[in-house]
Amino acid sequence: MNSSEPNLYLWLIPLLPLIGAAVNGLFGRRFPKKIVATVGLVFVAAAFALSAWASVQLLHMPLDRIPYIEEHLPWITAGGFQVDFSFYLDQLSMVMILVVTGVGFLIHVYSVGYMEHEGGYYRFFAYLNLFMFFMLMLVLASSYLLMFVGWEGVGLASYLLIGFFFLKDSAANAGKKAFIVNRIGDFGFLIAMFLMFQKFGSLNFSDVFKGASSLPVESAGAGILTAIALLLLLGATGKSAQIPLYVWLPDAMEGPTPVSALIHAATMVTAGVYMVARSNVIFNRAPIALTVVAVIGCVTALFAATIGMAQTDIKRVLAYSTISQLGYMFLACGVAAYSAAIFHLMTHAFFKALLFLCAGSVIHALGGEQDMRNMGGLRQKIPITFWTMTFGTFAIAGFPPLAGFFSKDEILFQTWDSPYGSKILWAIGLVTAGITSFYMFRLWFMTFFGERREAEHGTGHDNHGHANDGDHVHESPWIMLVPLAILAFFSFTGGWVNIPKVFGGNNLFDHFLAPVLSAGAATAEHENPGLEMTLALTSVVVASVGFAFAWLFYYKRRDLPGKFAAALNGFYTLVRDKYRVDELYNRLFVQPVIKLSRNFLWQQVDVGTIDAVVNEAANSAQHISNEARRMQSGNIRSYAGWVALGAAVVVAYMIWAGLQ
Amino acid sequence: MVPLAYYLGLSTILFCLGVLGFLIKRNIITIFICIELMLNAVNLSFVAFSAYLKNLNAQVFVFFVMVVAAAEAAVGLAIIIAVFRTRETLNVDRVNLLKL
Repeated sequence: MNSSEPNLYLWLIPLLPLIGAAVNGLFGRRFPKKIVATVGLVFVAAAFALSAWASVQLLHMPLDRIPYIEEHLPWITAGGFQVDFSFYLDQLSMVMILVVTGVGFLIHVYSVGYMEHEGGYYRFFAYLNLFMFFMLMLVLASSYLLMFVGWEGVGLASYLLIGFFFLKDSAANAGKKAFIVNRIGDFGFLIAMFLMFQKFGSLNFSDVFKGASSLPVESAGAGILTAIALLLLLGATGKSAQIPLYVWLPDAMEGPTPVSALIHAATMVTAGVYMVARSNVIFNRAPIALTVVAVIGCVTALFAATIGMAQTDIKRVLAYSTISQLGYMFLACGVAAYSAAIFHLMTHAFFKALLFLCAGSVIHALGGEQDMRNMGGLRQKIPITFWTMTFGTFAIAGFPPLAGFFSKDEILFQTWDSPYGSKILWAIGLVTAGITSFYMFRLWFMTFFGERREAEHGTGHDNHGHANDGDHVHESPWIMLVPLAILAFFSFTGGWVNIPKVFGGNNLFDHFLAPVLSAGAATAEHENPGLEMTLALTSVVVASVGFAFAWLFYYKRRDLPGKFAAALNGFYTLVRDKYRVDELYNRLFVQPVIKLSRNFLWQQVDVGTIDAVVNEAANSAQHISNEARRMQSGNIRSYAGWVALGAAVVVAYMIWAGLQ
Repeated sequence: MVPLAYYLGLSTILFCLGVLGFLIKRNIITIFICIELMLNAVNLSFVAFSAYLKNLNAQVFVFFVMVVAAAEAAVGLAIIIAVFRTRETLNVDRVNLLKL
């Protein structure tokens, strides 16, 4: 680094939350709640401020200085292999650190109010700050290995926070499930890194991308780049909850709601999208892998959206919605429209965090009730939550001019128009948009309209520790409402940074990310305003149809859903039971593994081999010692006898040697 | 002049007697005397060699051995008295508290 270059102090950005985590984790038990909250907030706020400052500096840098790489200590040096602690800031990671620290800070603020009545307050903030540290490591890393550290770290934080109410069996199990399913994806990531090192001799982004960009596009057949890309994709499906590894995310809703908002909606689960976008050089040279990405994203989007239609737990609806929206991002990556994916990542972070926090506010208001069948008519009782949630709902459903409209519309347009895209994928995406609109307005109507339905279906997950005191519905404290308002504002305006030409904008965001994301990519040029306008109108119409159906089913004619479900009985139960994928995985993978472990690994390998060897070693040692013990008789004259005998032997030897 | 071998033979006989006594007697006092016997057998060979090699170093060693033996006798007898007071026996086979 030459001296004229500005120092952005990138290393401080992840370190600040780590300090917060350390302070709260080590000493927080003795602090009063106010100090714990202050520590938690101050360090994240500082990280946000520093990120914002660094971003401004980056914006003023000449383009050839970007990516800005800040090198620190070497971390691993082995032969020709070297990984440093160094940080990498370009337009892509700039967007990510701003989203992570910004949304993260708001959710921290919200948590101060939400977790007020929960045990383990300091633990919660320590974990949350720890998560921020690892997430910032992930997005600021300058090599795949350092990224992997963050990648594993956020998995750890996610595990700790899902199992936050660890006394509850279901929460502990959900944490374990998330951890194990992610392990499968991490295996793919690891193998991909091995292949990269073998091929390029380095794991640094700059070296890998330079090496990859000198290779030809593997259009004829699958080669090493396709293999790397597919393995990276396996890692991404684990972290970002895509088919086939999405099963952990719905269960992760056992964690406190701010955690669901921060980790399982806004930031961590988008790490896979970030990773694919970051590796765009590799993916662009592996068209087969790109197709796989697009198909997985598209199928996941539709699949999760249909499950979302039949869920009754408010957080689970949002969880499936998250999976579905992540599917959109993968679809965008798969058609090489990476900036559309990152754009949707950003807007999704705003409106999905907002929706989760609003859901948390509703749950808070109802004293731990999560079942939407027991809600209803909350519009007048918690008006601020209602209005902010309305923004979020309209944003995710894709109504203009809210954020979700612009990002989703761009993805659909790119899917249609990009050379990697196809009309079939577009059609599925469009249907998904309609379903998204339907289930979101279903949630909206069931929660806020009609009249209050009390505990018809038993209390749901009562893990929010308020006294469940009947009709004492109350609006949340201001410390929870302010983040809602800010996020609602961004859900409204967040899309305006990337208004396409056809609506009078100039795709600012796409152009901003272009240096990172379209190097050598054949992304669709926005030269078809008529088509774009048509597609946008189509998606608005589809969203309105979703709205209309939700209005009809859950507001106007509340008897219809029951009849509908009865008419489609088999299919309805199948969807309600999430296509029984968990059961299928249980039969196919979990049970065989348990059987193998119990019958072979435990009984044969562990007990039969390892234990047997150890026990036999101990037994024989005891046996031999028992014999040898006889020498230590304690009889002094026998000792003396041995000494004399030894001396005699020595003397005899010396005489014999002397005679020779 | 008595040849060296005679001295060494006597020294060997005395030493073997000491060892034998040490091994077969049970009385601590007798064992103690046997130890003294062995030490003095060695002393004898020292002085014999000293005379034979016309070298005084060995005699210095003899003084060392005598000093050590005297000290040992003092400590050893004290221990024997202490043992006798507590165990009321001088039989070594019955002084086996440390045996497992």
